This record gives sequence, structure tokens and C-alpha cells, in this order.
Amino acid sequence: MTERRTLASLAAGERGKVMEIGGDGDAVRRLMDLGLTRGTTIEVIRRAPLGDPMEVRLRGFMLTLRRSEAEHITVE
Amino acid sequence: MDVAEAGAIPATHAPSPAPVRGGGLLHVALVGNPNTGKSTLFNALTGMRQRVGNYSGVTVERVEGRYRDADGHPVSVLDLPGTYSLSASSPDEEIALSVLLGRAQGVARPDVVVVVADAQNLERNLFLASQVLELGLPTVIALNQVDAALAAGIRVDAIELTLELGAPVVATVATKGEGLELLKRAVAKAVGLPPAGRRFELEPEAARAVAPLEACLVRGGLNPDAAGMEALRLLAVTQIGPHLAHVEGLAAAVEAARAAVEAAGITARSLEAEARYGWIAGVVERTATQTHTGKKTLTDRIDAVALHRVWGPLLFIVLMALVFQSIFSWAAPLMDRVEALFNALGGAVGSILPPGDLRSLVVDGVIGGVGSVLVFLPQIVILFLFIGILEDTGYMARAAFIMDRFMRSVGLHGRSFIPLLSGYACAVPGVMSTRTIEAPKDRLATIMVLPLMSCSARIPIYTLLIGAFIPPVAVAGIFNLQGMTLLAMYLLGTLTALAMAAVFKKTLLKGRARPMIMELPPYRIPSPRSLAMSVGHRASLFLRRAGTVILSLTIVLWALATYPKSHAAPGTPPAAAQEEQLAHSLLGRMGHAIEPAVRPLGYDWKIGVGIVSSFAAREVFVATMGTIYGVGSADETTPALRDRLKAERHERTGLPVYTPLVAVGLMVFYVYAMMCMSTMAVVVRETGGGRKGMAWAGFQFAYMLALAYGAAFLVYRGGLALGFH
Repeated sequence: MTERRTLASLAAGERGKVMEIGGDGDAVRRLMDLGLTRGTTIEVIRRAPLGDPMEVRLRGFMLTLRRSEAEHITVE
Repeated sequence: MDVAEAGAIPATHAPSPAPVRGGGLLHVALVGNPNTGKSTLFNALTGMRQRVGNYSGVTVERVEGRYRDADGHPVSVLDLPGTYSLSASSPDEEIALSVLLGRAQGVARPDVVVVVADAQNLERNLFLASQVLELGLPTVIALNQVDAALAAGIRVDAIELTLELGAPVVATVATKGEGLELLKRAVAKAVGLPPAGRRFELEPEAARAVAPLEACLVRGGLNPDAAGMEALRLLAVTQIGPHLAHVEGLAAAVEAARAAVEAAGITARSLEAEARYGWIAGVVERTATQTHTGKKTLTDRIDAVALHRVWGPLLFIVLMALVFQSIFSWAAPLMDRVEALFNALGGAVGSILPPGDLRSLVVDGVIGGVGSVLVFLPQIVILFLFIGILEDTGYMARAAFIMDRFMRSVGLHGRSFIPLLSGYACAVPGVMSTRTIEAPKDRLATIMVLPLMSCSARIPIYTLLIGAFIPPVAVAGIFNLQGMTLLAMYLLGTLTALAMAAVFKKTLLKGRARPMIMELPPYRIPSPRSLAMSVGHRASLFLRRAGTVILSLTIVLWALATYPKSHAAPGTPPAAAQEEQLAHSLLGRMGHAIEPAVRPLGYDWKIGVGIVSSFAAREVFVATMGTIYGVGSADETTPALRDRLKAERHERTGLPVYTPLVAVGLMVFYVYAMMCMSTMAVVVRETGGGRKGMAWAGFQFAYMLALAYGAAFLVYRGGLALGFH
């Protein structure tokens, strides 16, 4: 799987390698502090019952983020 | 540290300025990610000797404790707020960073920093550790939860990690008290050790580009180590942060450094994260081994249900209903007992003191007033017990995850849900629990609307008025009109709270939507000790309020109802004399004075007195009505009071004062009006205290009163126009 997609478009169970992180400065900063840096493997676990936010796994722990944040993250 | 020990440091280390221990007291700061067991470690180290306060100017909790090390030296421990990094992008992180840099007002710069790192999650925890190592302070790493890590197949070599980090690493299991003595010794030995500094090198172009910024920070008084860390941090943050406000020319230097970094083909805002995580990857590879068990963890299996599309919300609703139900059903008998206790106390004191003003002051003013506030204590304790359990097990983050989408529709964060829900029991613990909301504006908006949720103190008013004026007829065959009216009052409060939150977030507290970037920590069994301490702390906060502000206000209200004295003719029955006294008192006069204002709502001066007196607490309205109508001590179920209300006629017109329309209007008034001293006192404190807090609480009181008046007016006038009465 080498096509480029946004994290928001990944279905539960799919994984990707982070290529690009864009969007709001504070959110990006926070994601990076938590280890969401380029090259990190990220797996979508599930979406919340109301469809948003989503739960992902990276570096061995679980993180939540909203669609609006996930749309700015490109994965491969 | 004493001289002999200082001398034991190898000469090659050429100890930097001899460690100074002000008054022999060693200052230690604990930092760490949330959910690493940091607070448990803090509790285990310091036991019950803790002090909780606030950092000056912000509502970030400041928790301090003490212990004595093996040599008997006193050590003061500051438990800094849990944070994932020192980016200073939230109040918690800002405080942690300024304390560590020695720039927090009224806080001594720590002599030693202890970084609590979760062994189950070494990578992410080392990010914060690597930032702290660069601050130029002796640092000790407490590698916590090594037992859980082993169970998950993760083995970390503490000695190897010590060599990698250049700072002592002590393996601990805070929940079982393991490793604590070793940790205390490592802290004692760390004083005066040279700081570790940066453990990796930037690419030469990046280092060159950042150098002028570092120089600018050094000129601003930072030590070279800390300047290096700050320079990297500043490349990525959107705000410089108040603790660096004094550094001259900083904003320009940051801009220049960013441009220089970008010119070298490096993304400025990812430079720090990528450099640190790049280094961390190597460290973890050399110090930790993970044997993949391949099994799903317990947390994975619980979450498959707890966050399931169907079962998740269902479980959530059941849990909330359970919490809610227990607050009411468990607290009720305890509240009755508190009430009975204060009645008995009042009776006992009353029988000792001779009749007169002193007895009245002590019995009705002090004991009665404090009792009416302390009656909330059981609810506060039970609610905080539940909140503590939800928080410590890790479910709170899941609740926020489930509710985020819904809360965002009114501009709030998922974290606002539980405090709002708590408001149904009592706004006091609800407001206190908003501290889990990170964004200050979201937190303020939540506090501002929280008292609109119908709390248990409104129940006596609803019960009295519904029982007296709403006929118990069936609606649609199965529902009872009385029950439906009660439900309508709850819905009215809730919907208004959500609507007002949306209004505040669009106007006064406008701000960008805060990201929902949150860890879902592994589930854990909460430690009873930590639970007990956090519940105890909340309860004592409330009690201190009850003992000061609220006590003095109840005395003022008592005086208003007592003076000036009326002189009832001898032989007047006591109930009638009491009624006459109230009418004659300042409070009664205030009721008369506000009568023109409440007449458009269909009220007479007696209801005016009830409203004025219920400023202290809503349920006082019922007791005041009892006094005014001379039925003695009344509560909402007293048939005499209900009948008396029904029979009450206007002095001039002879028409009934209380019609169903007036009753509904009055209930709507109490849905909205902020009649609660306890809540106001807590709002003052939680919105920043002092003038700032008073302004927010005053604003809240005013807008809620305006809502109450407007809505009651609409109900009454609209109802009349539609032909109701």
C-alpha cells in the first residue's frame, strides 16, 4: 500500500505510515509531542459511536483525535 | 546534603556551585505524563502530610508534601501537574515549565527533579524526560509500573538506561511501595551532580540556525542548557509563554531562527519532535526488549465492548444512571442524618441558652445556617468518589471520547459532560470537577452554565409547588401530569444550559475549537488510598468554604430576618408572632420593597421575602414560606403548608395568590435563578479568585437572574394572554 491518503479516510483496522502532518499549530505540536512524527506507523482502531472522534494506536498506546485533525495527516 | 556527602562526589565532576539547601530543606519536583502513577508515587512518598493550594493567578492545583530521607533530612516534594511535554501550550504545562526554570511566582526552584516514567510506554515518556534533562537540574528517573510492563512482556534495563540518559534510573512500583527507599536515596545523592544536558546532537545546519536564538535566551538569564531546550521548543509553539516575557528581542529571534531552519531545508515545527524521537528510538532499542505476546490485552477486550457502537453508549448510559441514582439514594439517608444531627444540636444548645437574641443567633443563624450547607456534604463525597473511580480506572477518557461529538455541537469538549451531569446532584462538586477540562475557555463556559442544571436543592421547591397546584391527572394514558411537570423542569434547565454554552462559546468565550487529542490509558484498578485522599481534599475545600464565607452570610441573613424587632401583643400565638416579626424585619421590608418588581410575575411581597431569603440556598424558600404562613417548621411535604398556599388570597382583590400559572412561573424562576451561596463561593474560587472570580460569579448571578425573571414573566403573562390562570 503506497498510495497517499489522509488518516481520516482509513477504516478501522487499517494502518499507515505518517508522511506529512499539517493543520492547526497547537494541535500539530501536541500530536508531535505524543510521538506522531513522520515515519511513525499508525493504526486506526475504531471511531466513536457518533462517528467522531477516532481512536488510533501509535508507539504502543491509544490516542484519540477528531476527523478535523486526522484530515491534515497524510499516511502511506 | 551535608558537607561530608558533597565531598564524596568524585573530583572529576567538579561540582557546580555547592548545593544550597535553604534551611536544610531539599526541594524536589515530580513531573511525568498523566496516567504514569505519578500521584500514587507522590502519595506513597509523602503519606498524609500534604498541602493543596493553587499557583498564584491560575487555577492549577498545587500539591505539596514532605518526607524525611534515610538520614533524617526533610524533603519537600512538589507534585507538578501531569503533562506529556514541556511545550507550555496548556496552563498545566506552562506551570510545570516555569517551576522547573525557577520562574514560577512563590515557588522555589527545585533542587532535584524526579521524572516519573511509565515502563509500559517508554518511548512517549522519554520525550518529556529528554526535555527535563536539558534544564540544568539534577534529575532522577523513577521508572514506574515495571510490574505491569513485565506482565505485558516489556523488560527495561534500568542500568543501561542510566548510562543512556546520564541520570540515575530507579525501578519502582508505586502502588506496592517498591523501590521507594532506593528512589529517596537516589534523590539525596543527586544533589550537586552535574546535570545531564542534551543527549543527542542536532544536525549541524540546524544547530547553526538555532544558535542565535539560544544566545538571545542566555542573554535573558537562562542557563545555557535550559536555553538549548527552550530554543528547540520555541521553534514549534505558537505562543512564547509568560515565563519568557522578560527576554528582550525574543519574538524576533524566534522568527529569525525559524527562517534559518527552514532555509536549511528542515521543517521548523517538527525539528524538536523528530530529533528527540529519533534519539529515543535508539535508546529504547538498546535498553528495552519486548516479547510480543500476540494476545489482546485486557484493555483491548474491555474497550471492544465499552467503546462498541451499540454497547458503548448503552454501557455509558447505564453507568451514568447508576452514578446518578446512587447519589440520590445513598446520599438521602445521610443527608437526613446530617439534618437530624443539626436539629438535635440546635435543640440541645437551645435548651441551654436562655430565650432571646443570642439563642436565636446561635440556633437559627449559626447552627441552622451551617447545617443547611453541610447537608450537601454527603452528595459531594459520593459524587467525588464516583468521579475519582471513573478517572482512576481510565473510564473518564472513554466517556469524553463517546460524548465529544455531542458536546461539540454546543461548542464544548467531551470533558465537559461529566461536570455538567454532576450539576444534577449539586453544582458545587460539578464546578469543582471542571478542573479536568484543559482549555480555560471551555472550562469557564462549563462553569457558567452548570448551575442551570436542576440540582437536588430545587427538588423541595418543585415538590411543594407541584404537589399543591398540579393535578395528578394522567397524560396520554400512562404518564402522570405531576411527573411530566417535574421532567419538564429538568429538561428546561438542561436545554438552556446547552444553549447558553453555545452562546458563550460564540460570544464572550469565543475561541478556536480545542483539539480532542487525548490518550486512552490502559484500564487500572484505582488505589483506595489515592481515592480517599482526593475525596477528602474536595470535602475539606467545601468545609472550609462552609466555615467562612457561608457562615458569615447566613449570619447576615439571620440578622435581616430578626431586626428590627416587632413587639407582638402578649398572648399572640407563637406562629402568628413569628409571622409578624418576619413582616416587620428588614427581610420583610425587602420583600415589600421588591414587590413592585415581582408583581408583573404574579407574586406578592410574601413570595418576594421567600425569594430574597432563598439567596442563601434555594430550599430556604420552602422554610421561609412555612414561617410566613405560620405553619411552623415546614418542609415540602407538609400538607398544612400546601393547603395554606392554596387558600391564600390577595389582600385587596380577594383572588387566590397561587394559581397553577403562578406556581409554574415560580418553578421556572427557580430553574434559572442562581440562588445558592455555596455555588457562588465555589465559582469565585474556580474562576480565578479575588476580583476576577467575583466578577465572573457576579456576571453569572446577573445573567441567570435575568433569565429567571424573563422566563417567569413570559410564562405568567403569556399564560394569562392565552386564557390560563
